[in-house]
Amino acid sequence: MCGFGGYFGSVPDGKALLEKMTAAIAHRGPDEQGVFTAPQAGLGHVRLSIVGLGDGQQPMSDVTGELTIAFNGEIFNYVELRDELRAKGRRFRTSSDTEVILHLYDEMGEDCVSRLNGDFAFALWDNRRRRMLLARDRMGVRPLFYAMRAGTLYFASEVKALLQVPGLSAEIDPIALDQIFTLWAPIAPRTPFKDTFELEPASLMIADERCVVTRTYWNLEFPERDAPSRHVDEGQAAEELRALLTDATRIRMRADVPVGAYLSGGLDSSIVSALAASMAPQGLRTFSVTFDSAEHDESAFQHEMAAALGTDHRAVACRAGDIAKVFPDVVRYAERPVLRTAPAPLYQLSGLVRDSGLKVVLTGEGADEVFAGYDIFKEARVRRFCGRQPGSRMRPHLFRKLYPYLPGLKQQSSEYLAAFFGAGNDPLEDPLFSHRPRLKGTAATKMFFSGDLRARLAGYDAADELISRLPEAFGRWHPLHQAQYLESRFLLPGYILSSQGDRMAMAHGVEGRFPFLDHRLVEFAAGLPPEMKLKGLVEKHILREATKDLLPPSIGKRTKQPYRAPDSLSFSGRGELDYVRTAMGEEAIAAGGLFNAKAVTKLYEKCRARPASGFRDNAAFVGILSTQLWLQTFTGTSIRAAEAA
Amino acid sequence: MTETIKDSVKAFIIENFLFGDTFYELADTASLIENDIIDSTGVLELVAFIEDRFGIAMADADIVPANLDSLARISAFIAAKSAVPISA
Repeated sequence: MCGFGGYFGSVPDGKALLEKMTAAIAHRGPDEQGVFTAPQAGLGHVRLSIVGLGDGQQPMSDVTGELTIAFNGEIFNYVELRDELRAKGRRFRTSSDTEVILHLYDEMGEDCVSRLNGDFAFALWDNRRRRMLLARDRMGVRPLFYAMRAGTLYFASEVKALLQVPGLSAEIDPIALDQIFTLWAPIAPRTPFKDTFELEPASLMIADERCVVTRTYWNLEFPERDAPSRHVDEGQAAEELRALLTDATRIRMRADVPVGAYLSGGLDSSIVSALAASMAPQGLRTFSVTFDSAEHDESAFQHEMAAALGTDHRAVACRAGDIAKVFPDVVRYAERPVLRTAPAPLYQLSGLVRDSGLKVVLTGEGADEVFAGYDIFKEARVRRFCGRQPGSRMRPHLFRKLYPYLPGLKQQSSEYLAAFFGAGNDPLEDPLFSHRPRLKGTAATKMFFSGDLRARLAGYDAADELISRLPEAFGRWHPLHQAQYLESRFLLPGYILSSQGDRMAMAHGVEGRFPFLDHRLVEFAAGLPPEMKLKGLVEKHILREATKDLLPPSIGKRTKQPYRAPDSLSFSGRGELDYVRTAMGEEAIAAGGLFNAKAVTKLYEKCRARPASGFRDNAAFVGILSTQLWLQTFTGTSIRAAEAA
Repeated sequence: MTETIKDSVKAFIIENFLFGDTFYELADTASLIENDIIDSTGVLELVAFIEDRFGIAMADADIVPANLDSLARISAFIAAKSAVPISA
C-alpha cells in the first residue's frame, strides 16, 4: 500500500515540492518516506510496509538506475512472476513486489500491466526513453490523480498532494457536482476538483517530451445476449468459481504482516472470512461495525459467523452522534461530496483495525457487482416484467418483495410502489433502464441547486453523458449484464472503492484487499449466464452454490441487507454539533453559492423537526452538508463566510 | 370548500416537498411521482398531513396513486371524504 506523488516536466525545487506532496498524504504511508529526483522528473513516496519489510523502500530504482518506480498497492501474483523472471535469468535484490514490476517493465515495457494481478497505481520513470508511465489497476481499487500546470504533469495518490503544487488551487467543478447529485459519483476522468483528473481504471498514461497519451489496457466485457454460453453445467461452474475464489483469497493473504478480515454478517464477507480462516493456521482476526438502530445493525449475524469460524472478533460501535463527529474527516479523506453517510462507520472501522495492530484486511466488497447481488438488479427484472406484461395482476405485488428491510417502503401500497419504480413506464430499450428509478430519485436532490449553479450547468444532463460513455457492444448484452456493467464500471470505482474503500481505510493506514475483484474472477463471472447469477429473484445464486458448505445456513441463505448507515438522523437531535448548524446556515450556504439558501434552510428545519427517512431528503441533506464541508476544507469558503458573519 | 382544500394542499406541497420554491409551476393535474415532487416517504408525510389537517382517517385502500398523485386528485379525495359524516 502506500501513497505517492510526482511530476514530469520542469520544477524549480522538485525535492522540496515532493516533500510537501508526500507530507500531505503521510496517512497513507506512516512507515517510511522517500523522494527521487532527476532532471525533468521526480517521485515521492510514503510507505505502508506490508511486503518486503526491510528492503522494499521506495522510490525504487533498478540495478542500472535507469528505471525508478513509486508504487501504491499490491501485486498479489508477484511470487509467480518473480519465479518466471528468475527463470529468465533476472536477479532480485529485494523480496518486494515492487521490484517485480521493475523487472517486468524492463522485459515487456508498458504491456507488463497485463501480467499483474493486483490492486495498484504506480508511476515509473524510464530515464532511457525519457518518459513517465502512470498505470492503474483494472477495477480501480487504487487511486491516481493528475493535473497539468505550465507544461508540467503532476500526479499523486490523493488530490491533497496535488494541491501543494504552486498555482494549483481547489475549485469545485460544477459538472462533477451535477454528476454526484445524479449518479452518486463523478464520471472519471472528471473529479470534483476543476482541472484535476483521475486516471481511469485499467488505464495507462505515457508522458514524454512530445505528448501525453492515455490508453485502456483491459475492458470489462460480457458475452453477446444470444451467444451460447461456455458455462452450461451449473455444478461445474460452481466448482470452477470455488477454485478461483479460493485462489484469489490465497494470494491476497500474502503479506509479511498479519492479515485480518472485515465481517459484516452478510454473505460476501462471511465467505471471504471463512476461506481466509481456513488458510490462517494461527487464527484469523475479524472486525465489524455495530449500530444502535435495529434497522442498520447486523451484530447477531456477525457474532454467529465469528463463533462459527472461531475468529478473534472485535467490533466498533457506531452510536447516535458518532457519524456527525467523524463526518468532516470523512469528507477530508474522501475528497468529494457524498450523498450517504455510509463511509463514516467504515472510517471508524479502519481506526479499530489500526488500533488493534493490523494494517491489512480482506473485505467482501465487489461480490454484489460481480455476482449481481444488488437489489437494483432484481428491481430491474421486475420492472421489465411489468413493462412486458402490463395487464399482469402480479405487477404491484412484486415490488413488495424487493425491499423488506426499508421501513418507509413497508408501509406503501403496492400501487404506489409500482408507480415509484416507474413500472411499465420506462422504455425497455433505454440503456439506463436498470438505473432510471435511482437516477431520477437521486437527481431530485438537485432542486436545491442555486440559480447561479443551474445557469452554469446550462441544461447539462449527467445521465446523457453516462450513455455517451458506454461501449459500442453494450446494446448487445443481456439486460442484467448491462446493469452489472453500469454498477461495476462507474459506481464501483467512483464511489464504493474510493469513498467507502481506499480512502476510508487509508485514512488510518489500513490496506483493504478484495478477493471478489480478482480480475480472473471478474472475467469468469462476466461470462456466466445471467440466470446463474440472478435466479428468479434470488441474488448471487452461483456464489451461494459454490460456498454452501462454508457457512451456517442462516448466513448462506440470507437475503441481502445492503450496508447502510443513518443519514440526516445522524446530524440532528441532542448534542447537534456546531459545525452542522454553521455549514447548513444561510450565510454559509449563500457564500458557497451552490445551493438555494432558503430551500436548504427549510430542508434543515424539516430534518430537525422530523428526522427524514425518505431517500431524497436524506440524500439532499448529506449531499449539501458534505459539499459545504468540501468547500470549507479545500477552499475555505464557508469558514470565511461564517467568520465574516 | 374545494378551493380552500386545494390551496391548503398546494401550500403543504410547496413548503414540504418543493421547499418553498413558489416559482415551480405546479399544475393541478401534474403527477407528483412522475415529476419527482414526492418520493415513497413523501406519501406517508402527505397522508399524515391529510389526516391531521382534515380529520380524515385514511384506510390502506385509500393510499393509492388514484387518490393522491396530483393536486386535483388529492383535493377531490379530501372533498369526497369530508362530505361523509365521521359517524357514518
